[in-house]
Amino acid sequence: MTGVTTRGRTITSRIRHWYGANPLHLLALLAAFALAGYAVRAVIAAGQFRGFALWFAVAIVGHDLLLFPLYSLADLSVQRLLPWGSSRKRTRPAPAGQVPGPPLINYVRIPAGFSLLLLLAFFPLILGLSGPEYHRASGLTTQPYLWRWLAVTGVLFAASAVSYALAWRRAAARARKQQAAAVAARTRAQQTPHAAPDVPSPVAPRATFDVWPPARQPHRPDSPDLR
Amino acid sequence: MRRAAQIRRNGHQRRDGRRRHALAASAAAEYHRASALARRAADAARHPADHPPPGPFRPGIWRSPLRGLWLTSILAVVLLAGLIVLAVTGLLSYAAYDPLLPGNDQTPGAGLLHFYLFSWPTHPSWLYRVDQGVHITLGLALLPVVLAKLWSVLPRLFAWPPVRSLAQILERVSLIMLVGGVLFEFATGILNIQNYYVFPFSFYTAHLYGAWVFIAGFVIHVALKFPRMVTGLRSRRLRRELRTPLAETRPEEPDPGETETAEPGGGLRAAHPRAPTISRRGLLAAIGGASLTLGGLVVGQSIGGPARRTSLFGPRGLSATAPHYLPVNRTAASIGLTAADVGPGYRLTLIGTRTVTLTQAQLLALPQHAVELPIACVEGWSVSCQWTGVRLADLARLAGMPDPAAAQVDSIQQVGAFKTAVLSAGQVADPQSLLAVTLNGRVLPRDHGYPARTIIPNAPGVHNTKWVNKITFLKQA
Repeated sequence: MTGVTTRGRTITSRIRHWYGANPLHLLALLAAFALAGYAVRAVIAAGQFRGFALWFAVAIVGHDLLLFPLYSLADLSVQRLLPWGSSRKRTRPAPAGQVPGPPLINYVRIPAGFSLLLLLAFFPLILGLSGPEYHRASGLTTQPYLWRWLAVTGVLFAASAVSYALAWRRAAARARKQQAAAVAARTRAQQTPHAAPDVPSPVAPRATFDVWPPARQPHRPDSPDLR
Repeated sequence: MRRAAQIRRNGHQRRDGRRRHALAASAAAEYHRASALARRAADAARHPADHPPPGPFRPGIWRSPLRGLWLTSILAVVLLAGLIVLAVTGLLSYAAYDPLLPGNDQTPGAGLLHFYLFSWPTHPSWLYRVDQGVHITLGLALLPVVLAKLWSVLPRLFAWPPVRSLAQILERVSLIMLVGGVLFEFATGILNIQNYYVFPFSFYTAHLYGAWVFIAGFVIHVALKFPRMVTGLRSRRLRRELRTPLAETRPEEPDPGETETAEPGGGLRAAHPRAPTISRRGLLAAIGGASLTLGGLVVGQSIGGPARRTSLFGPRGLSATAPHYLPVNRTAASIGLTAADVGPGYRLTLIGTRTVTLTQAQLLALPQHAVELPIACVEGWSVSCQWTGVRLADLARLAGMPDPAAAQVDSIQQVGAFKTAVLSAGQVADPQSLLAVTLNGRVLPRDHGYPARTIIPNAPGVHNTKWVNKITFLKQA
């Protein structure tokens, strides 16, 4: 964008220096404020500005300074309290010779998150808070909603438990297959000592069980170590 | 003896010396510590930008390895499409009330915001039903995406220093319109469909003007951030992310905009990311799954038929499938309708160039027509029904005004925002517009407006006035 030159600097660059961005940025923002201001003017005219502004503020503060810290704290607490949920104890310790369980955390926080989200959206019906108004409007009661929510929560956790069991089984099957392949390779290597000098040792994959799923790939030197 | 004294003296001296030395050392340390503190304080005063206060203002506290420009951009593109559909369906729903007709406007004073209004058509008759079903279901389905998007950008709220230029101050103010607007609209909408009227304002006023504040914030945000979103989308391949398991999930790379002027104070990614506990595809699947759960457990109330049984949380979903129950939005009991109101004393008054008063029997003696039309509520539920009754056009002719410019339909109902509705010329003239007396082959139930109610194709539910006792045909709208 070029502008009129005054004393060696364009007006655009002077505005940019003073304002901190392209003048178009300012114009676009002013247009947006004008539109929002026009809408707020109508709210003031309707005599409902105080409640309107209060709810705007409560919506922002309620999310950013209440809901967000609460769910973050809940998530961190679950990670810490779960027997094998945190990043440090990623997998369930297994007796020797068995495959460790997958990290539990996502199998807990996903059904819990879904359930809490349903509660967040439908708490007036679930907790019966809108019962009288809902009955006046529809002739129905809010009673079933609590049971439905509990039932959906139960189904979510049950589905999560089933998929956890399946994930563990898959991991165990994969580990068995790898072990069998490694044993077979070792036997082959012993039978023909000159062939296949670079067959990996069968114990090697066990060392990386720290990461889930186990023994998928060796440590990549180009990837940063996160722990 | 002397030697011992000497040793003692020496020891004393030595100990004294040591003590003196220690004192001097600790004083020096104290001095150094104090001066370091003072220097740091002075430095912080001179360069507050480099010294954020503790808590969320310290970048080190944000440790999720998944936050980053790519993730935010993926969520942004979903919201860009979704929120546009939400805004358009919402504004259409407002137009469906025909606010330009006198008496219909729930939000007087909208002024120029009426710019896009048009006479709401009667065809296709399913338009309002689909529009409102999409508005409510999509709104609920987008709730998890909105929360995820806010989660992904929350570190930016606490960026330090809070402002670097006038441009940034204004931009942050516009974010109040965006974030406040989206949360305000979702909160009021979600509470309203459940009849939870805790807000200290009229829902129509607040939801409409809140929407315009949000639209202002949304348009400017898209205008300013669209290039960043494109950069973000290009920084990683979605298909590859969907193939990347947890073990291979790595934090996003620093993006070029971070170091340049576009994003002063750092970007979205964590300075010291933790080891991931979920893969990117896992997070996206969780957000999508939550969307499908919320939307899926509601949408049946808009589809109707057997699908209504799947609507566990729709306010007129599974609950509305009880035997002999048809979704109702206002029960006869709630408006204090008495037996006398709808008994043998019932009269229907038609006012045009002449005034005609009909008894119920006279009304039933007029030519009856059958239609199948949906009734769709602003709260999202809808149901298609068989109606029979007298055409509004026939009633207009009876009142001596065959082509009225509008018609005001009044209910016996004494209270409520929708005891009166004004219909447009097109709505009165449509052959499917009836003053209905039966519903699904039975006499109109009392909760559905016995002895007579209007049913207008494609009109919002509340414009199908129940318990009608007066229709005034108007020469001028």
